[in-house]
Amino acid sequence: MDDLYRAIADPTRRAILDELVERDGQSLYELCGRLTMKHGIGSSRQAISQHLEVLESAGLVEVRREGRYKFHWFNGQPLRAIAERWPTDRNGA
Amino acid sequence: MRINICSVAVDDQARALRFYTEILGFQTKHDIPMGEHRWITLVSPEDPGGTELALEPDEHPAVRPFKSALVEDGIPFTSFAVQDIAAEHERLESLGVRFTQPPVDYGTVIAAVFDDTCGNLIQIAQEKGES
Repeated sequence: MDDLYRAIADPTRRAILDELVERDGQSLYELCGRLTMKHGIGSSRQAISQHLEVLESAGLVEVRREGRYKFHWFNGQPLRAIAERWPTDRNGA
Repeated sequence: MRINICSVAVDDQARALRFYTEILGFQTKHDIPMGEHRWITLVSPEDPGGTELALEPDEHPAVRPFKSALVEDGIPFTSFAVQDIAAEHERLESLGVRFTQPPVDYGTVIAAVFDDTCGNLIQIAQEKGES
């Protein structure tokens, strides 16, 4: 669980998830372009690659190879643990 | 000094020539036998006197690992300008071209990336306000 909280604590990593939710299955190149042009995030590809590794180890991003290409997919499943721990539908009773 | 030629390293010159002329629509400017390879350059029919694209063999041992690393990360080797990227994307896809990135709107430019079947990814880009 620590991995999950650490993963979503960073604004660049949240922007990566935003972009994958908008269009799933992106190459590193596409993601970097979107982050630069739409979010003004000028990090290097290496830095974005490291952010993706953090997201991957938290289970929020899946990397799938298709032939010679590598694409990144969003996986929201781990976020369920947060809503189960602190139910979002419970009023302060 | 001026830029008259840029090159792309291809794994098969004959296949590359077919792809870059028949699919992309460029025209052959030079095709000269050079031992086991050829000196092939192409131009755009929109600019026949313009910058030439050379299709060079990629057999140097450093080239293929370099190309593979770029392809894995979806990074295009070079970029061509188009007037209407939506139409071009549709045209190329209908001819079986594989896109690793559909047209993405970056604000001032819309860009897409496809596989040239010769070991490279190539970007096409439309500057907005042009079409």
